[in-house]
Amino acid sequence: MQALFGQLLVGLINGSFYALLSLGLSIIFGLVNVVNFAHGAMYMTGAFFAWIGLSSLGIGYWPSLLLSPLAVGLLGVAVERTMLRRLYQLDNLYGLLFTFGLTLIVEGLFHHQYGNSGNSFPVPEALQGGSNLGFMYLPRYRAWVVLVSVAVCFASWFVIERTKLGAYLRAGTENPKLLQAFGVNVPLMMTLTFGFGVALAGFAGVMAAPIYQVTPSMGSGLIIVVFAVVVIGGMGSILGSIVTGIGLGLVEGLTKYLYPQAASTVVFAIMAVVLLIRPAGLFGREK
Amino acid sequence: MIANPPPVEFLRVTDLHAFYGESHILHGMDFRVNRGEVVTLLGRNGSGRTTTLKAILGLVGKRTGSVMVNGRETVGMQPHKIVQLGIGYCPEERGIFASLSAEENLTLLPPVGSGGMTVDELYAMFPNLQERRKSPGSRLSGGEQQMLAMARILRVGARLLLLDEITEGLAPVIVQALGRAVRTLKEKGFTVVLVEQNFRFASKLADRHYVVEHGRIVDTFAHDELERSMDKLQSYLGV
Repeated sequence: MQALFGQLLVGLINGSFYALLSLGLSIIFGLVNVVNFAHGAMYMTGAFFAWIGLSSLGIGYWPSLLLSPLAVGLLGVAVERTMLRRLYQLDNLYGLLFTFGLTLIVEGLFHHQYGNSGNSFPVPEALQGGSNLGFMYLPRYRAWVVLVSVAVCFASWFVIERTKLGAYLRAGTENPKLLQAFGVNVPLMMTLTFGFGVALAGFAGVMAAPIYQVTPSMGSGLIIVVFAVVVIGGMGSILGSIVTGIGLGLVEGLTKYLYPQAASTVVFAIMAVVLLIRPAGLFGREK
Repeated sequence: MIANPPPVEFLRVTDLHAFYGESHILHGMDFRVNRGEVVTLLGRNGSGRTTTLKAILGLVGKRTGSVMVNGRETVGMQPHKIVQLGIGYCPEERGIFASLSAEENLTLLPPVGSGGMTVDELYAMFPNLQERRKSPGSRLSGGEQQMLAMARILRVGARLLLLDEITEGLAPVIVQALGRAVRTLKEKGFTVVLVEQNFRFASKLADRHYVVEHGRIVDTFAHDELERSMDKLQSYLGV
């Protein structure tokens, strides 16, 4: 029993990161129509910014939780403004190739500068320790990660589905050209959306720093699973990303308990089945 | 009798060429619309009328020539800047956003001028929309979508309305309601460019008719010339 809950907790943690990352990917894909392969690199950059902040500048976890995503978001804005937007008239394969190349460059730079070994990031003092729930031990930091991820996901969903700002995003996702013909500055919206999406990845990176080792390759392992999550949930569906992200994390955890050998493949097996039965994804709209 | 004020030009299109990728759709459009006028672009399907409206808004791949809106040259401007000169656009496919509710659609557009109608005034003008305000755009009937597409550009303070095939596929009673709406707009001093297939609808509303063929204007009829020129017009439109 202890082992089952332990694995489910690990699954829930992973699921929280899947949800945060696929949410950003979905928003970006929806409006900007770019499959952002660099999302994992942005997550890694967020973690590294926090680690560099702590080890060289003495900036702690709490300020980093705000500053690091902000820096990653600004980086995204710069990339979108100077490079990515030149590719919008082309097939979206070019956006994917560009962001893939960008990933290799960013990861290479961090490799060159910081090497391959993992750097550990301490859990902030206020969140150290944990509590015994009787059926399992719950580390406080992990509970925090799940709570914050769910809160951020819910807030994003609320803004997109229930506010005027979100109405612009939904309308632009449907028909950006028409929205611009009504006087909305769609190019600016695309820049800010890309920036916000990658800032979410950077935020996930800071959250992950105390749990996983901070290494240049930490994003590339994760991003493959996240792409599977996005495909299963339905490309561009906000709610789909959140629910599928957390759900698949739990499925992974459960598999680890029942049949550990399949734990790392179960997501891809589900993806294959979903693609065969419902190519638009569980929450996606058929085009 | 008070003399009519001299006409003030609101839209002037000169030697306008438009392209989608490799295909050259407009071949030197020339026409003008004065403030407060209603004009129509008549022509067969594929003659370039819808493309003319899109080219005015900068929604085509490439355009050359000149489009002056309220005295400003717009060729080279970004689409959202052009619209902010006071243009409201009602596209042929109506362009209701399916994932937004009727009311979200109605209130989505940012203002492009002053003196737009309030939401209450618009609901008084189109009572159906008030009943359906919570419905998603995808659930509205064709007529409701058309009214919504009209209503939302009246809220933003646009002075020049580009209306593309607003009667297409709608029941006669709704067409009549739209006719009344356009007449009201004309009385209120709006400038309107209508692209219409329904000639009977257009003939009663417009001050002037331009005939479009192969991406250029081939003829012009004033409202009071229509009776005499019916034969000629029919040969253009092929009805």
